[in-house]
Amino acid sequence: MTSTFGMRTPLGRVRGLGAARTGTQHFWLQRLTAVANIPLVIAFVFIVISLLGRNHAFVQQTLGSPLVAIIMLLFILCVTTHMRIGMQVIIEDYVHGEGAKLLLLIANTFFAIAIALASAFALLMLCFKV
Amino acid sequence: MSDIKAVERPLSPHLSIYKPTLTMLMSIAHRITGFGLYFGTLLLAWWLLAAASGPNAYAGIGSFMSSFIGRIVLFGYTWALMHHMLGGIRHLIWDTGHGFGEHEREWLAIATIVGSISLTIVIWIVGYLFVGGAR
Repeated sequence: MTSTFGMRTPLGRVRGLGAARTGTQHFWLQRLTAVANIPLVIAFVFIVISLLGRNHAFVQQTLGSPLVAIIMLLFILCVTTHMRIGMQVIIEDYVHGEGAKLLLLIANTFFAIAIALASAFALLMLCFKV
Repeated sequence: MSDIKAVERPLSPHLSIYKPTLTMLMSIAHRITGFGLYFGTLLLAWWLLAAASGPNAYAGIGSFMSSFIGRIVLFGYTWALMHHMLGGIRHLIWDTGHGFGEHEREWLAIATIVGSISLTIVIWIVGYLFVGGAR
């Protein structure tokens, strides 16, 4: 490893393309969702407080109203994206066995999508009163 | 990468040799709260699915959340959410290239922990005041 490109794979060295402009994608998506999460988390806390101790009919009506449902859907989309790539970093930092790492990365994606879809589905049910 | 062999390399100093500092603790807390919030989304999905399923299912989660254990979990969840949010804001400040000075670092670490505890307490006071709607 005497060249200045010592950290590169042989294929990368041959191509000489660097990260081809996607190297910061993960970093950027984490920041983008972090910024969006700030107002969404604040709105979420307000929504939950307004529903504390209320009966089911009230909760159903509130969560199913367009504004609240849209905020909640954005919150779920943003949070599940943020937590998926956040957990990916944790897995990559601490799990070094290739097999275990791969399985956990797959499980991570499945979990995030399952939470997102279940929550979004429930909200749509509340919106359309089914 | 076929020419790489396993070589015994010296390890860089690891966590255990450093004296714990507040900034270090806040960094660890940021990761731990993120990890906890990840699994906390199960509660969110459960709550929404219960609300969508009907009054009986909703009463089920309601009785769990208002139990002692449920309240402890929710209180912890509130703090984790606030701590991770403030820690995230701290990271966003750092992303702009600011806040790395010796005093700024310490100040931001203190602001994160004091802010997260204060916000959690305020949210719970407001929550108790508004249970069942404004009086």
